[in-house]
Amino acid sequence: MSVIAVPEIGAPVEARAQSRRLPVISLGIIATFVLVAILAPLISPADPYEQALRLRHRPPVWEERGSWSYPLGTDRLGRDLLSRIIHGARVSLAAGVLTVLVASAFGAAVGLVAGYYGGRVDATLMRVTDATLSFPVILLALILAVTVGPSFGNVVIAIAVILWARYARVIRGQVLTLMQLDFIAQARIAGAGAWRVITRHLLPNTLNTLVVLVTLQIGYVIIVEASLSFLGAGIPPPTPAWGGMIAEGRDVVTSAWWVSFFPGLAILLVVLAFNLLGDWLRDTLDPRLRQL
Amino acid sequence: MSFALGEAETLGLVGESGSGKSMTCLSVVRLVPRPAARIVGGVVRLDGEDLLTKSEREMQRIRGRKVAMILQDPMSSLNPVFSIGMQMREPLTMYHGLRGAAAVSRAAELLGSVRIPSPATRLRAFPHQLSGGMRQRVVGAMAIAGPPRLLIADEPTTSLDLTIQAQYLGLLKDLQAQHRFAMIFVTHNLGIVARTCDRVAVMYAGRIVELGPVRRLFTTPAHPYTRALLASIPRFGARRETLTAIAGQPPDLARLPAGCAFAPRCPDVMDRCRAEAPPETMAAAGHSTRCWLHAPAA
Repeated sequence: MSVIAVPEIGAPVEARAQSRRLPVISLGIIATFVLVAILAPLISPADPYEQALRLRHRPPVWEERGSWSYPLGTDRLGRDLLSRIIHGARVSLAAGVLTVLVASAFGAAVGLVAGYYGGRVDATLMRVTDATLSFPVILLALILAVTVGPSFGNVVIAIAVILWARYARVIRGQVLTLMQLDFIAQARIAGAGAWRVITRHLLPNTLNTLVVLVTLQIGYVIIVEASLSFLGAGIPPPTPAWGGMIAEGRDVVTSAWWVSFFPGLAILLVVLAFNLLGDWLRDTLDPRLRQL
Repeated sequence: MSFALGEAETLGLVGESGSGKSMTCLSVVRLVPRPAARIVGGVVRLDGEDLLTKSEREMQRIRGRKVAMILQDPMSSLNPVFSIGMQMREPLTMYHGLRGAAAVSRAAELLGSVRIPSPATRLRAFPHQLSGGMRQRVVGAMAIAGPPRLLIADEPTTSLDLTIQAQYLGLLKDLQAQHRFAMIFVTHNLGIVARTCDRVAVMYAGRIVELGPVRRLFTTPAHPYTRALLASIPRFGARRETLTAIAGQPPDLARLPAGCAFAPRCPDVMDRCRAEAPPETMAAAGHSTRCWLHAPAA
């Protein structure tokens, strides 16, 4: 006698419902950091630039020499770490969001045009995309930093100049599939020109993908920006940037671990939150995008 | 190939898959997919104007307004992210400058004219909420928004249920009677041709091999290919073990034989067929064919 195991119907449904549940923790972390960034001047307990050399490397409040005036301790110039992390949230989030917006707008435009026109236009644009993808972001940013000097604007440009290519490639792939569908042909037969087909028919159908990609990439950009700042090619001091703050604590990790630890923790939390949110969005909006 | 259509006349375009039916339709509106295909010459005339000499911009004004098209697959012929109402308003705004409430009421009117029940409610529906037949009606409603002078229906009923097919064909005929547009009806289904068309063009390997009035073409087909097509219609009650098929495969369009393209499969093939392509000859008044069997004795 053979026994056929019939999977219980209840179980997978429940698992699915769970993945559909709003990622409250991620959203909470992101919302908190966004609020903190917006309200930074109001809520930061001290001036992030104010130095107090006599109070260098004060530990966080729960350590022996810690005090409530510096809840997370101070760095080597005696600046309040909590205030610097709060202001650093502005830099990181602004860099992340701005870069991704610039990159996605440009990349999506390239992808839409390449996919719509096909042929030689497509081939040319895609070769440029491939070339771009093969260029390391960090190297380009270092070159920019050395030649034009490090600044917030240059960081955004350096990352966006490389990052758009991913959008171009993914969106072009989607457009190629969409172009096979009759409603595009129908729109063209109805007299719609290239602009109308691209903006009214192709773009709205790629928005799901764009949203997923944007969310996943914000975390990535925050990491890249932090790496650049860590290397000294990013946001120049004394502006508080998380990556730069980690670099400042590098030499004293054994004696004053908090200087590097807390900015690192902030990066970890934000990036993790964006990645989890992105995963959730992908599973919900567009499960075909598993490979992203 | 060449054919002409009068007002409110229906031409059926039949032939095997890959015989160039859809390409013919797309060339009328100059939308053949490039670089795979290209219009090399000829004229497409609509109300006396040659469409092939028009600029792309002028063509855009003609598409939809004067020539409309219904495609085969209703599942993908509507944009999934917009409601029916939003999609219906688009051509109305483009062609007639209708906006706001005027566009909405006209859209509802059009949906009503393709016999969609409670059109005002349907405007808020999204394509995935409608059945295939419904969607194809919506496509039909959008096609007559012009209203066009020529409607090209590229196998509009192939993916519909049989009962819905008959309804949809009836609907198209009614719309034609009302708006008096000419219609090109592409299909594999000879039964549909018999019911809906005035004249039929039979295509083989990118050429019209026979063109004539429906009744005549069905009773006295001139071209062996047409005869073979008619013979392969399964008939009820006929005691047959197997379906009749045309032997062989359609030719590779990139390497057409020197003579008649149908020669390798033709039961009546002569030496001449393999050497020279037959010219267009008249089998009777209004009934032309490309076959040496009917060529005037030379």
